[in-house]
Amino acid sequence: MIALLLRDLKLAFRAGGGFGLGLAFFLIVTVLVPFSVGPQSSLLSTIAPGVLWLGALLACLLSLDRLLALDWEDGSLDLLATAPLPLESVVTIKALAHWLTTGLPLVLAAPFLGVLLNLPAPGFSWLVISLLLGTPAMSVIGTFGAALTVGLKRGGLLLSLLVLPLYVPTLIFGAEVARRGAAGMETQTPLLMLAGITAATVALLPFASAAVLRINLR
Amino acid sequence: MIPDLGKYSDTVLSAYAASILLLVALVVFSILRGRKVRAEMDKLEQRMSRHG
Amino acid sequence: MSITAKANALWEYANPRKFLATSERVLPFFWITSAVCLVVGLTWGFFFTPDDYKQGSTVKIIYLHVPASLMAINCWLMMLATSLVWLVRRHHVSALAARAAAPIGIVMTLISLATGAIWGQPMWGTWWAWDPRLTSFLILFLFYLGYVALWEAIEDPDTAADLTSVLCLVGSVFALLSRYAVNFWNQGLHQGASVMRAAAVTGADTEEKVSNIYFYPLLLCIVGFVLLFIALVFYRTGTEIRARRIKALLARERVSG
Repeated sequence: MIALLLRDLKLAFRAGGGFGLGLAFFLIVTVLVPFSVGPQSSLLSTIAPGVLWLGALLACLLSLDRLLALDWEDGSLDLLATAPLPLESVVTIKALAHWLTTGLPLVLAAPFLGVLLNLPAPGFSWLVISLLLGTPAMSVIGTFGAALTVGLKRGGLLLSLLVLPLYVPTLIFGAEVARRGAAGMETQTPLLMLAGITAATVALLPFASAAVLRINLR
Repeated sequence: MIPDLGKYSDTVLSAYAASILLLVALVVFSILRGRKVRAEMDKLEQRMSRHG
Repeated sequence: MSITAKANALWEYANPRKFLATSERVLPFFWITSAVCLVVGLTWGFFFTPDDYKQGSTVKIIYLHVPASLMAINCWLMMLATSLVWLVRRHHVSALAARAAAPIGIVMTLISLATGAIWGQPMWGTWWAWDPRLTSFLILFLFYLGYVALWEAIEDPDTAADLTSVLCLVGSVFALLSRYAVNFWNQGLHQGASVMRAAAVTGADTEEKVSNIYFYPLLLCIVGFVLLFIALVFYRTGTEIRARRIKALLARERVSG
């Protein structure tokens, strides 16, 4: 299992793995926001938590179609399916690798981008906490979407269409935590809901992803 | 013929028009596609039975 | 290829045949009764019910809005049930029925959203509000779109049936989650479900009742929508079965040269 994780990480860091792509996209989206809504700092600080959440979500989405496609093309997915390791673990490792290479960097970059958008001071810690709790769910759900569309030639757009509705609960609660945190309100309820959704998806969705992958490998 | 709908007549009429249009479109498209597929299948079955 | 073709041939002559024969027999009944219910219900509602003292004549939109909304949700539930049947029992008709139902669900959701927006404009002063119920329906609409898109995208019918069924199951859970998330996220403008509450029907609940004058034509419209839905599902499932048969026949033709 660890070998598989290391292999995936290595592949992601190598050229063409798209490691920095998500981060760059996140940065660009954040930079474009003031251009589209105007530079007033009061407005920016109101929308900052939501914009950062949306940017992180889209950056996460961007890297999903590479999640399984490379392994599918060179046939290593078939090998993994016949390996003694259950496919559920493979899928979980894939999601973990995706989170380490995409989700975690986004979480770490978010506070710096928060500065650009005038995020109020109490919001920083809440933004990081909510993203830290929310991005694993996004990786796991994204793996499910990637498993659904892995055999398709132009799966990218379909992948977004399938995955984005599934992101709705995570986005709502995550952004709510960040927004309430930034406004200095209590954040316990949405935080618990966010944690609950993440825990449930991480625990249960790999089974669905593995089932889907088996169908696609048939 | 049409009852007095008061100041909201546009609202009510457009709601009915839009809904009925959508329903009719759904039924018509279903039937058109159904007819086409059925004709295609009959043709194919005849061809298959002729060729054995 | 030849194995799947043979399997296709097997099921073609087993269950779907019977389904087609049965649906041929019952379809006229459903078409006619649904048409009668809808025509009578809508005419009754449109021409022979009084205006509401608060909503004026816009109350008449209820005869379309409520049945369409009900069917939008029930259609998804039906797809969920048939998807489960497909995954457990592998009846092809079941998977195809789910496929046939999805576009009906899309249209019902559209009718519900459109009539809601048209009604909301004079009543709430806005076409659209990010109210929990409205938002949930929009999300449901997105789920329908994704489901249909996945069906369209996959070549092999059995793979497509499997994948869409899993998507339907997972989607149902997430749709439910979204419903609660959205409820939490924003308090709504939309009135509670007032049609089926016993107190509302008997008129004991004076706050938000749908009184008897409106209730009977509404009930007729709901029945009409349900019957129309059944008729459409039967008819469209038949179409899907034939489309699949065409595919199987062509595949066999290619194999045999």
